Amino acid sequence: MSHKVTIPIGPYHPLQEEPEFYKLIVDGEKVLDVDVRIGWNHRGIEKLSESKSFDQSAYLVERICGICSTSHPFAFVNAVEDIDDIHVPERALYIRTIIGELERIHSHLLWLGLAGHFLGYNTVFMWAWRYREPVLDMFEAISGNRNNYAMMKVGGVRRDIDNTEIPRYKKILNDEVLPAVEMFRGAVLDDPVLAARLKGVGILTREDAIDYSALGPTARASGYDVDIRRDEPYAAYGKVKWNVITRKEGDVFAKAVVRILELIESIKIVNQCLDDLPEGPIDENVKQVSPGDGIGHHEAPRGEVIHIVRCDGTNRPVRHKVRAPTFMNFPTFKKTIVGQTIADATIILAAIDPCYCCTERLTVVNKKDKMVYDAHNLIHMSQHRTWDMGKSLGLSDSELIKRMGKKIE
Amino acid sequence: MTREGVVKSLKSEFGEKIKKFYDKSSRRIYVDVAREDVIGMVRFIFKDLGARFNIATAVDNPDSIEMMYHFDFDRIGLIVTIRAYVPKDDCVIDSILPIMKGAEWIEREIHELFGLEFKGHPNMKPLLLPDDWPADKHPMRKKFKLSTESDTNNQCS
Repeated sequence: MSHKVTIPIGPYHPLQEEPEFYKLIVDGEKVLDVDVRIGWNHRGIEKLSESKSFDQSAYLVERICGICSTSHPFAFVNAVEDIDDIHVPERALYIRTIIGELERIHSHLLWLGLAGHFLGYNTVFMWAWRYREPVLDMFEAISGNRNNYAMMKVGGVRRDIDNTEIPRYKKILNDEVLPAVEMFRGAVLDDPVLAARLKGVGILTREDAIDYSALGPTARASGYDVDIRRDEPYAAYGKVKWNVITRKEGDVFAKAVVRILELIESIKIVNQCLDDLPEGPIDENVKQVSPGDGIGHHEAPRGEVIHIVRCDGTNRPVRHKVRAPTFMNFPTFKKTIVGQTIADATIILAAIDPCYCCTERLTVVNKKDKMVYDAHNLIHMSQHRTWDMGKSLGLSDSELIKRMGKKIE
Repeated sequence: MTREGVVKSLKSEFGEKIKKFYDKSSRRIYVDVAREDVIGMVRFIFKDLGARFNIATAVDNPDSIEMMYHFDFDRIGLIVTIRAYVPKDDCVIDSILPIMKGAEWIEREIHELFGLEFKGHPNMKPLLLPDDWPADKHPMRKKFKLSTESDTNNQCS
């Protein structure tokens, strides 16, 4: 006899940057349906922006996201520059590209670490975050900040890159970060346990990806080949050589593969930009924005961010629309989780790369609102499944402990 | 598909229905239509021409709500914006949800923040605002002020 149980996941803690609330309808282990609710921390950024000048708005939108903090100002300045085709100095375009790609590197490494943790691969978690540090150090050297770099402004960038520092940045990237990424590529792509654990889990088909207009690695892992850096080149993306990574499978494994291979492409882009960094001014000193509409994008680590700005000739936007990639990617969760098990819920959710704090707060409750599983239990269930799969593949305890750091019981 | 091809097929398919055609730049096109023609044009652009749905934007103008649907032709880097003006005293437009699932959240968002009704939307539950938010207060309307003095007026009670 089937017995439907509702599982609330989330929603809220003031420290979370993106609180969400999921209601999973389950029968035993199997997920039947899901309802997502957002808005727990709606800050009215679009409304606020209408009362800020164009210079202030760039700061404001930088505070939308803590992890990909340059994505929003990047898309915003593109939008304002789109209103009347403002010319931006070459050097500023290259610096923007460098910042954008370094951000992708640190964001994908952060994701990789957390995905590893959910699966019980705590070694991956430690290593990924250890190699994220040098990238943050580079940010600090360039902008003075590990996050919220405040580099973007309409018509240019706020800070220059010191040419004498370039060899040191290249050394960090190529001697520290790149070998680590190559190591992850081997460790994840060739690992039989991860393949068994993640292949075929949480599949998003290409048709569904198109129907939901999915973005970024979520779309590209389903064979939906969208990447605004190639499709409508902005900044210096049209001047560097790199590849758009796609996979056809659409499962969690494919999403991980796309992100890891994208790390290598990002390193390629930063290397080329540092090599070709042109000399010259970094700011156009824009004083006035003409009336009109502008649309700007940036391919953030999670997918295309789009900002739509309308100006009436004053120094403030009349309307400023912000669309983050997770807004389009979240609804696909409805397609990927139905029919899967509770133990896979965390990793399927993590695979679209939303805010992780939410999944830290997973709670399973039965009809009488009595807590059955908390976040710790769910992550443990996920890790336990990895362990069991490793055993069924014939791996010994010691081989598994080498991967997972400890015995999962 | 080329930019000229997109323009040509839009003009031949909709002809007189296009009220205004605004060629903003090589990468941006705006097409004004009546609100009842939006759904047909959205279907044509999304299903027949294979564009990607970027997002919809609403703007609170003095006498109307301006609805814009942005579609991206990725391979040629072109964004086509379909635009319709909805009068404030009859604030209703057809939902485009039957054409694409990706529009569900943005229509719910605009419904709450701008007070625009989407005819045919099957799941018009609160998305961003609290469940007990008053139905007649729309934060993104220009008359809704954020200043602290008017806070008492904006409180939901």
